[in-house]
Order: sequence, then structure tokens, then C-alpha cells
Amino acid sequence: MAIVRSKRQSRITGWARYSALVVAALLFLVPFYLLVRSAFMREQDLGSPDFHWLPPVWETSNLTGLFDNPAIPMARSLLNSGLIAVTQTVGVLIVSGLAGYGLARIPYRWSNVVFYGITATLLIPAAVTFVPSFVLVSTLGWISTLRGLIIPGLFQALATFLFRQFFLGFPKEIEEAAFIDGLGYWGTFWRIVVPNSGGFVAAIGTITFIGSWNAFLWPLVIGRDQESWTVQIALSTFLTAQSVQVSQLFMAALVAIVPLLLMFLFLQRWIVEGVERAGIGGD
Amino acid sequence: MLADPAFRSSLVTFLAFAVFIVPTTFVISLGAALLVARTRVMQSFFRSVFFLPTACSYVVAALIWKMSIFSGIRSGLANGVLGWFGIDSIPWLSLADPPWYWLVIVTARLWLQVGFYMILFLAGIQRISPTLYEAAAIDGAEGWKVFRHITLPQLRATSTAVLLLLLINAFQAFDEFYNILSTFGTYPPYARPPLVYLYYTALGSGQDFGHGSAGAVILTLIIAVIAVAQGRILRLGDRGE
Repeated sequence: MAIVRSKRQSRITGWARYSALVVAALLFLVPFYLLVRSAFMREQDLGSPDFHWLPPVWETSNLTGLFDNPAIPMARSLLNSGLIAVTQTVGVLIVSGLAGYGLARIPYRWSNVVFYGITATLLIPAAVTFVPSFVLVSTLGWISTLRGLIIPGLFQALATFLFRQFFLGFPKEIEEAAFIDGLGYWGTFWRIVVPNSGGFVAAIGTITFIGSWNAFLWPLVIGRDQESWTVQIALSTFLTAQSVQVSQLFMAALVAIVPLLLMFLFLQRWIVEGVERAGIGGD
Repeated sequence: MLADPAFRSSLVTFLAFAVFIVPTTFVISLGAALLVARTRVMQSFFRSVFFLPTACSYVVAALIWKMSIFSGIRSGLANGVLGWFGIDSIPWLSLADPPWYWLVIVTARLWLQVGFYMILFLAGIQRISPTLYEAAAIDGAEGWKVFRHITLPQLRATSTAVLLLLLINAFQAFDEFYNILSTFGTYPPYARPPLVYLYYTALGSGQDFGHGSAGAVILTLIIAVIAVAQGRILRLGDRGE
């Protein structure tokens, strides 16, 4: 009797769980739906007092207008964002990867001190250092330059910390075999360790890319001239100034998230792993 | 610095924001993780849906929230829904009182962040040994009791990390405040969390780097104290050998 009841009960909780999941999933998808819908609406339909579930007329000229409008530096800002995100991702992987490997494997008297120094900076939220960083970068004359946007983000303490933890767990025997075959630290790192760490590199790389593409405060502070705007700054400028058509603004936002949505579709596994590592500190 | 009422009010704004955002994000992402973890059919679909907003930037979310969901006009989604129930439109963002803008800001951040923390909780849940649940089932425990006495204690490390990350991230809130609340190039005098305050102090018309840096030092101290007090997230000194 008790078993029968608990079976029926578990069926009910199963249904309740699925209903809750479906409702929550729909709520989470609504903003994406609104973004796509509004990107293809005509301006007068967006401003009308009636809510339209679908565009009365699918307006594709929003997309072409976006790249034709000289007031919106869309192509340039996309190019800037791409350049910054790619160089920063590659740079972080090389710099933090080498630093992490050195800290994990090369015996050096001060390596613990260096490691604790790097870890201590993790306690200081990066955004809080933005005023002194801004003063430093402006003294160097790097305001409104790609250098000023890229270089300060090339060293990341968290990535270095995670690489070190990861390399500590790398099987030492393989490296020792490479050493016996005459490879030094440099050769071992590039020819043995890196080719066998693909998943971890992909995980750190994807979350670095996402963070760089979506970064806002630093590009806002440094990118003063239009030529140095990233796509986030271009969007934000037109959003807060409300100086362009709203439908075009939605189209611009759609264009700005398409690269990341594609990345998400194909690389989700590595993004999930990257989030797990970055969130909990690499265990 | 501490005598500056604008600085103190930015700390109060942070506290109010943290009081809303930290517990709600914690509970919703834990709830989502528990639901997804126990789902067999379409598990990866649901996980992806909750995780997808993580790829979205705060600027894009601010645009959708400000111009579509919570636009003050009737064709905005929120006012449209209120309209079905015969309730008048609410000017979500243009009033300081009642502070409806908090709802806009908190829901935007929730949407963006829940998936991230859900992934952390999921990883934690998957690390719990199934034998614990088997033992609990033999003892006749189910439902809430299992959650209270097995799942929750086993997730203690994850929960600590999530709480700390939530607090630090709430402290650094800038993007959604800036993009949702500033209109026609001006930011209202209220609702300025620490980073927004610093942005306008150090880089606004005053260009007061000294004041800005002093503020940053105070903020850093507060964060460092919180982090050291909780202390365990990075397990300093653990060489992992």
C-alpha cells in the first residue's frame, strides 16, 4: 500500500518538476525572443500602444541600415571587439599558461612568494583598481588606443592560478620522459604539456573570450573616441543617449550577441568546464 | 571621504542591492540546479536554456529590459501583462519613488547570472556520493529531509564559494546600473552603487582622481575583509600535492 502511494506521489512530483522547469525555461527565453522580434520590427510598430507577438511586417532593412548608417560605427566596433577578444584570449593563454607552468614545475626560491603575491591580488576585485589603472594608462598616452584596451587585460591572476593548479596535477612521469629525451622546460611545455591539455586550454580560452567580448567598464573608460569603441560601448552609447531608432538598436544588439551564441552552441562543453573551474577555484 | 554623504549613500545602495540580489540568486540557482539534476529527459536542454544568458552582455540585457520588457509605455511586456489585469501602466524607470527601478535592475542581473551559479551547484551536486542517498533511502528519509540533511551539508563548500562570489559581484555592479538608469546622457542622483559613484567622481566633470582612489582603497579594504573572513574559497596555501 505504502509503495503504491509513493509511486503515485513520485509521479506527481515528477510532473510538478517538469511543469516548473518548462515555465522557468520559457521565462528565460522570453528576453531572447523579444530581442529577435524587436530587431525585425518597424519603428512605428515598436512604438505603437499594442503589443505585437510577431512583427506585423518583417523589416530586414534594419540589418542593412545598420551597416549603411554613418552615424553608427557598427563595422568598426565589431572589428575592434573581435581584435581585442582574440588577442586577449591568445595573450592570456600564453602568459598565464607559461606563468602557471613555471610556478607549478620550475623549482625556484621565490616561487611561493610570487604565487602568494598573485593569489593575493585575487582578493582585490579588478574593477576596484580601475581608477589607478586609468591614471597609469592615460600617463602612457594609451587612451583611445587598442593598446590601452588590450594590454592591461593580458595578465590575469585567476587564469594563472588555475593553470598552476592544473599543471600540478599533470602526470609528472610524461614530463620526466621528455626530459630524459633532452627536452628542456620550454620544449616540454610546448611539445608535451600543451598538446595534452587541450580541454583545459579550451575551457580557459572560451570563458576569457566571453569575458573580453562582453567587457564594459574598462572599454568605457579607455575608449573615448569613436574609432576605439567596442561593440558594447557603441550599443551603450546609443542606448543611453537614445539617439538612434530603437528597432535598429535591437538589431545591433542581435548582431553583437550572434558570435557568442554560435560559440555557445558549439563549445558549450568547454564553457561549462571553464565556469566550474573559475567559480570554485580549480579542483 | 567617509564624511561625504554621496559616498555613504553609495554604500547604502550597495547594501540594499546585496540584500535583494544575493539571497534571490542563491535560492533560484540552487533550485534550478536541483530541478535540472533530477531530470532525466531533456536534461541538457534545460541546462542550456538556463545557462544561455551567461553569454549575453549586461548592455544587451539592459537594452531588452529598458526598451522592451520594462519600457514605460503600454507596449512594453510588463505593462502589457498588467494591462490584461486592468492595472494601469507603471513608469518603471522614470521615478525615484516608488523605486520600481530596483525590480528592473535585480531581474536583469538575475537573468544574466542564475545560469552561472546553477552550473556551480550542479557540479557540487554531482560530486555527492550516491551511497549517501542510498543510505538515506534505507532509513526511510525522503524529499525535504534528504535535502536538509544530505544535499545541503554536502554542498557547504560550493555554497560558501557562491555566496562570496555573489557578494563580490554585487559590490562591483556597474554595467546594468549605468545602462538602465542613465538616459539622454545623464545619470540620476540616486541609485549609485560604489563603482558608479567612483566613475562619476573620478572620471566625471571633477576628474578627482585623489578622491576616486581614496574611495577605491576603502572599497578594496571592505572586500578584502569579507574575503579573508570567509577565507576558504581559494584555499590559500594548498599546494595540491
